[in-house]
Amino acid sequence: MGSDRKLRVLIAKPGLDGHDRGARVIARAFRDAGFEVIYTGCHQTPEQIVSTALQEDVDLIGLSILSGAHMYSFPRIMELLKEHNAEDIVVIGGGIFPTEDIPKLKEIGIKEIFEPGTLLEDIIQWVKTNVKPRGAAEAA
Amino acid sequence: MEIVQKILDGDIRAVARLMRDIDDEIPSAKEVLKELYPYTGKAYVIGFTGSPGVGKSTLVDRLVDKLRAVGKTVGILAIDPTSPFTGGAILGDRIRMQRHFLDSGVFIRSLATRGHFGGLTRSTHDMIDVLDAMGKDIIIVETVGVGQDEIEIAHTAHTTVLVTVPGMGDEVQAIKAGIMEIGDIFVVNKSDREGSRKTIRELRNLVELGLRRHKTEGPPWEPPIIETVASKNKGIDELYEAIMKHKKYLFDNKKTKLERVLFDRAKLHFVGILRDQLFNTVLKRARERGEDLDELVAKIVHRDVDPYTLANKLVERELGDSK
Ligand SMILES: Nc1nc2c(ncn2[C@@H]2O[C@H](COP(=O)(O)OP(=O)(O)OP(=O)(O)O)[C@@H](O)[C@H]2O)c(=O)[nH]1
Ligand SMILES: [Mg+2]
Repeated sequence: MGSDRKLRVLIAKPGLDGHDRGARVIARAFRDAGFEVIYTGCHQTPEQIVSTALQEDVDLIGLSILSGAHMYSFPRIMELLKEHNAEDIVVIGGGIFPTEDIPKLKEIGIKEIFEPGTLLEDIIQWVKTNVKPRGAAEAA
Repeated sequence: MEIVQKILDGDIRAVARLMRDIDDEIPSAKEVLKELYPYTGKAYVIGFTGSPGVGKSTLVDRLVDKLRAVGKTVGILAIDPTSPFTGGAILGDRIRMQRHFLDSGVFIRSLATRGHFGGLTRSTHDMIDVLDAMGKDIIIVETVGVGQDEIEIAHTAHTTVLVTVPGMGDEVQAIKAGIMEIGDIFVVNKSDREGSRKTIRELRNLVELGLRRHKTEGPPWEPPIIETVASKNKGIDELYEAIMKHKKYLFDNKKTKLERVLFDRAKLHFVGILRDQLFNTVLKRARERGEDLDELVAKIVHRDVDPYTLANKLVERELGDSK
């Protein structure tokens, strides 16, 4: 009985704009894929995001962004994760990014960037392939 | 165990991971819980319950301000429902609690019901023990807003706050049956809305009726009814005072009240563990004999056997006579 590791995901929205429709859509899609989604709403600072990720013991952080603050917030989040020895948490981004920023974001450790128009099924499939609930080995 | 010391020291990652293991039913978590048990029993547990959207998370957020201002550390367990169709969940209570994310005196954990009914999760009591062992003074449990079956939280928290909003006449009817068993404090939140007075009047009538009917050992507790506007921080001082007053009432009446609360919680916890263990043991042994649960169920469907006979057979085989 039991011993089923459930994937836990944090969907967060750094930056100042208050449009979280995209984030809500992805949160719902992840729920429907069977994940436990911690949803924290808009205006999250990198510090808040990382603190939440640690307390909630998530496997994946999905960052939704529109406002263009990603070149500040994404590196800061990666830095904080490193500080807390939590680099095992996979980080992905979704939203509108200038094409030239995408390689830079991957370089600092963002695993994947999903641009507008990506099918939800494709994102879910990517997560299922690339993110395993942490500690799954001991559970098996 | 190294992990035990880490929990006692309040190590965030260790605590978060242990909670994960508890929820995922990883066997090693039980060993840690055994070692932690002697360090528990110090925290004060407050439950918030009430229908979806009445403002439980917002109230908790405001109350945490008060608790932090008087120097208390706080652990929060915020429960939301698991979708029965997909097994997934959206845990959104944190949206209202953002202001406390960076306060090291506050630890927030979102929990999904994972098929458990009754407002809590199967793991809630263990989670309370972990927060208690890590040194949190106050533990707040926000139930999944079922609005019907709140007895689990009432048997878990020292003080249970039942939250409602104006114009929910049906809800008042629904809580009528067990009103004195559930709420130690009633909150009419969103009292900036029309109909607040009427809801308060209805509640007061029910409380008075309940007080007359529900005789218990020791001095009675008359549940206060408090008007709040959580989004505007109104009525929070009164709520805090009411909780402190109820706490004092419990401690002034140790034998008849406080010990009763602790007994109810331990019983609910223990019975849950025992039930799970028996169930898991019986099924595990059956599996070892090559009998899979689904195959057993298929026998019932085909009318090869009735469910009682089959259950009896499995239990008797492991435990002897069970009739
Ligand atoms: N007008 C008004 N709105 C409020 C008040 N308190 C909370 N709200 C709003 O009510 C909505 C729901 O509040 P929550 O605190 O999330 O309610 P909840 O009971 O925790 O909801 P669930 O966890 O989903 O059951 C939010 O939009 C709040 O801003 C209040 O006193 N007055
Ligand atoms: Mg809530």
